Amino acid sequence: MTAPADVTAAFQAKFPQATSRPSGDHPAFNLPVAEVHAALKYLRDEAAHDFLVDVTAIDNGVDASPRFTVIWHVYSTTRHGYVRLAADCASDENPVAPTVSDLWPTANWHERETYDLLGVKFENHPDLRRILMWEGYPYHPLRKDFPLAGIQTPLPDIEVAELTKASVKPAPMAGGPFVASSGEMNLTDAEPRAKDESWTERHEKPAPTSE
Amino acid sequence: MVSANNELAYNTKIEGDIVVTRADAVINWLRSSSVWPMPMGLACCAIELMGVAAARFDIARFGAEVFRFSPRQADCMIVAGTVTYKMAPHVRRIYDQMAEPKWVIAMGACASSGGMYRSYATLQGVDQIVPVDVYISGCPPRPEALLDALMKLQSKIKKEPSSSALLTSA
Repeated sequence: MTAPADVTAAFQAKFPQATSRPSGDHPAFNLPVAEVHAALKYLRDEAAHDFLVDVTAIDNGVDASPRFTVIWHVYSTTRHGYVRLAADCASDENPVAPTVSDLWPTANWHERETYDLLGVKFENHPDLRRILMWEGYPYHPLRKDFPLAGIQTPLPDIEVAELTKASVKPAPMAGGPFVASSGEMNLTDAEPRAKDESWTERHEKPAPTSE
Repeated sequence: MVSANNELAYNTKIEGDIVVTRADAVINWLRSSSVWPMPMGLACCAIELMGVAAARFDIARFGAEVFRFSPRQADCMIVAGTVTYKMAPHVRRIYDQMAEPKWVIAMGACASSGGMYRSYATLQGVDQIVPVDVYISGCPPRPEALLDALMKLQSKIKKEPSSSALLTSA
């Protein structure tokens, strides 16, 4: 279910800078990053959208500007509707967004994940550390310029790295990422496999002939 | 009247309390018959590992039912699941805490080779950080496959030069 029309109308009256965002499902708004905290506080306290569902971000591409868009989803447990807010980060190199962990404690880990994987810094976050990758990992893996296979870096533990001579290496892609075919009735065909099995690390992918 | 010798078994009254055999055979028999596993359950393979320990498949038939969650008391680390790079050093440290002799079973595609996780986060095979004795294919393997791996490990243990290793180690 979507938010009642009066919620979206009241929201736009309260925040005139918010513009409607193209959306396939729920009401969505673009608004300046500086207004996000006040807008989410308004939605929580005055529009009964009391549940923060998700905080995430989008990397619009290496050359795009604005490159990073932070997304908030809120839900009303009493009126049963979702609202989505999106705000472009001002800087493409060091994207910054306000924390909402003071409004919803659950935002703490969501923001840590967004920081870890996309490198968006959340201002005034009480403890903005990486949450999935280890402390000291030099990259933000969900950025568009980060290859899926990874980049060679040392193991998180120096002692074990010296002992085993192992390091974080790019994974062998061997025909592209392994993906399962969902909806495949034959379970053998549904097994995760490379989409393009015509090339491996030993037999390079043929260069595209046209273009 | 001469009675037939029907002493088919070893008789201590006749031969004394002595068994003659090789030290390796005894040591390896003891070791292979009571492999205490260290369940390194990291993903869905651990569910199959639990199935192996439960009544239907019953790993106790092979003397390996004593799952120890302390590496100090375990003989065989069963790496059951996806090993991430973040987890890899901890797997190695837990392996280092196990007392010799120790063995490793890489259970399933992820532990053996990274499996379907061809990504920046996943160690492409646990053999990069610990020596693996037996690999099991499957995603996840059937419980019978783990029992088969355990039997393979037992036959491997039975071929080890245990007594000379004990005498030469400091």
